[in-house]
Amino acid sequence: MSVDLGLSPDQESIAELFNGFFSNEAPPAVARAAEPLGFDRELWNKVIELGAPGMGCAVENGGGGASLGDLVVVAETVGRSIAPIPLIDHLAALSVLTDADLVAGEAIAAVAVRPADANGIWSLVPAGAVADVVIGVDGDETIVIRSAPPMSGPRNHGSMPLADRSAREGTRTILGPASLFEVVLDRWKLLTAAALVGIAETAKELGVAYVKEREQFGVPVGSFQAVQHGLADLPVAIDGGRLLTHKAAWALDNVTDGLIDWANNEITDGPTLATMAFLFAADGAIMATDRSLHYHGGYGFAEEYDIQMYYRRARGWSLILGDSTSVGLSLADRLFGTVEG
Amino acid sequence: MDFALSSDVVEFRDEIRSIIREFVTPEIADRMHTTGVFDAPELNLELGRRGILERACPGLAKGDPIEMYVMFNELEKAGAPYDGLAVALMIAAVVNKLGTDEQKERIIPSIISGEALVCMGYSEADFGSDLASIKTRAIKDGDEWVINGSKMWTTLAQVAEWLILLTRTDLDLPKHKGLTMFMLPMNTPGITVEPVHTLGTEITNATWYDDVRVGDEAVLGDENGGWRTMTTVLAFERGVMGGTNAGVPLLRHFHEWAVANGVFNEPTTRERMARSIIDMQVATLLTMRSAWIAASGGMPGLEGSMTKVFAVEAYQRASGWTQATAGPAGLLQFHEEGAAGEGFVEYDARHSPVMSIYGGTTEINRNNIAERHLGLPKSR
Ligand SMILES: Cc1cc2nc3c(=O)[nH]c(=O)nc-3n(C[C@H](O)[C@H](O)[C@H](O)COP(=O)(O)OP(=O)(O)OC[C@H]3O[C@@H](n4cnc5c(N)ncnc54)[C@H](O)[C@@H]3O)c2cc1C
Repeated sequence: MSVDLGLSPDQESIAELFNGFFSNEAPPAVARAAEPLGFDRELWNKVIELGAPGMGCAVENGGGGASLGDLVVVAETVGRSIAPIPLIDHLAALSVLTDADLVAGEAIAAVAVRPADANGIWSLVPAGAVADVVIGVDGDETIVIRSAPPMSGPRNHGSMPLADRSAREGTRTILGPASLFEVVLDRWKLLTAAALVGIAETAKELGVAYVKEREQFGVPVGSFQAVQHGLADLPVAIDGGRLLTHKAAWALDNVTDGLIDWANNEITDGPTLATMAFLFAADGAIMATDRSLHYHGGYGFAEEYDIQMYYRRARGWSLILGDSTSVGLSLADRLFGTVEG
Repeated sequence: MDFALSSDVVEFRDEIRSIIREFVTPEIADRMHTTGVFDAPELNLELGRRGILERACPGLAKGDPIEMYVMFNELEKAGAPYDGLAVALMIAAVVNKLGTDEQKERIIPSIISGEALVCMGYSEADFGSDLASIKTRAIKDGDEWVINGSKMWTTLAQVAEWLILLTRTDLDLPKHKGLTMFMLPMNTPGITVEPVHTLGTEITNATWYDDVRVGDEAVLGDENGGWRTMTTVLAFERGVMGGTNAGVPLLRHFHEWAVANGVFNEPTTRERMARSIIDMQVATLLTMRSAWIAASGGMPGLEGSMTKVFAVEAYQRASGWTQATAGPAGLLQFHEEGAAGEGFVEYDARHSPVMSIYGGTTEINRNNIAERHLGLPKSR
């Protein structure tokens, strides 16, 4: 044990493999073509061949035995490419599910990130439109439902396959108490954070490439200091988000009884760090896409340019959990304890 | 990635913490605000006596950048006055790297024992960001150098034993090439020090140099190689010697006050506090990254710029909302009854603006990131 803030050689290979895969198989045109539903079955089938769906499952269950750090690396590549497949949700659900068809990726799992309502409906489940299996909380239990996916859902900002799903109709398994679901949600936040870092990274690259090319007043617009300074904040937010996300993964993988000593800035509690990473990465992705779009001038607003797809997903992928104030307050409860009375 | 400190470093950190508990008393933390000197001699001496300064100094003994980061992070989080120590250690490392054997023997022991401080004379009244244009002259006269000119913002000059001084030695060379760095005792005849009072209580100085005579033994690095020496100074700073977690003690002080006054249950306050805590984690991770890069043999200059831009603005955000939330109590100064966070809320609102100015402004750092990291064309 000692400080090492680089990717392991294995993780470098994973990043190379998945970045290569997505840039070949899922260029932005693929995400564009998959709108508005936001799902490309063919791409999912290809990702199965890579063994990605079961990557994080234990080897004895037929999975790849990857660490959360490894999954974070994969999730970032999903964000970079905005690949229209629910890999984040699936990987998160498989933190507790071990069904063979899920591990193999033949069936898709989604995470109902908010509890079911009084009628047992999980509203706007991310990947709910396409998932065969949904895991979430109903009352005080963690429930797994198998039912036919609607394969359609409300059109939305992030072109995400959202749908309402019943927590009661279909093949229903009670997995355990509601608290069991926390590990699924922590992993969902963690991997979504990584994906949002990926979104910010690509937004930065698109913006920087554009301002180097685009000329006004006879010079590249990227030579104007106002533009430079707006872009200079992006790598800082990206690197900060990546480090925090990896720290959360490290803590979830390695630390029991982690610290929540915020008064001395010593935080090693995995779930706390996962929420922190989620909030920070969401802000970073929103800022990065905002600025990058802006520095495209009018073209950033044109549907034809890719930055608008990233802009919408930065908001879609983060707000689906809830408004950012509520998420911030849930973090406050973890840090300071809940408010009495 | 691995975020755990090695057992060696944990032991080192625990030793620092125990020294802090003993030597960074409320009286010492308070003294910096009455004297305007951000330094604690008794702390420096203890760190020196235990061999910790030698151990932490890059190039000497162990010189582990991770330990350096840990030491200054602990001091900063505790609200200790550590500015004097940071400058002294950084310059000791430069002397060790660029100095002659004679200079090393003469200068370094006084610093790593915790006895001597160093002040830095780079900025002038007319040249700050454009440092390479400074005008203070050093002219060779036989075996001696004669220095004339003036410096602005020579912090710690009123207490330091040593002065590191950037001068112009050749008017004909391009501006970065005609500079030479000197390292001389502050009691050399011809130096005058006048205090400059600041918004943040710290007292810095204007310094004058009238026919200051030194020999070649005072040249640090090469003649006309002053810019390289300057770059070495910045490389050792690396952004790991504090200045990135100043919001941590502020949040602690604010929280105590907010709980005691029943305002901590406000959702807005809780959310802002939580977000500032995220910022503080990110700032420390970015700092740790610089240390890790240095420990792996790299030069984290650019990463230092990135960390500074982020950390400084995070601290400024924190001091902004804490004061606004405290209302009138956030206006009251140290020792006034009812002052929010025992006066720290008011103090940090005065102190935080300087952080985006000294040691390279936020704009200069953003220029750096834009040009060297994003590869954008030079804008000036
Ligand atoms: C309390 C305090 C302590 C200090 N201690 C020391 C010390 O011990 N030793 C020492 O040598 N110096 C010290 N300094 C000086 C400090 O390093 C300078 O103040 C700093 O480098 C900025 O220079 P300046 O004040 O001349 O501002 P200027 O360079 O005049 O800048 C004014 C404004 O213009 C902006 N600006 C300048 N150039 C550019 C550009 N190219 N692009 C965009 N914006 C630009 C700056 O960001 C700033 O906002 C200290 C300063 C303070 C306030």
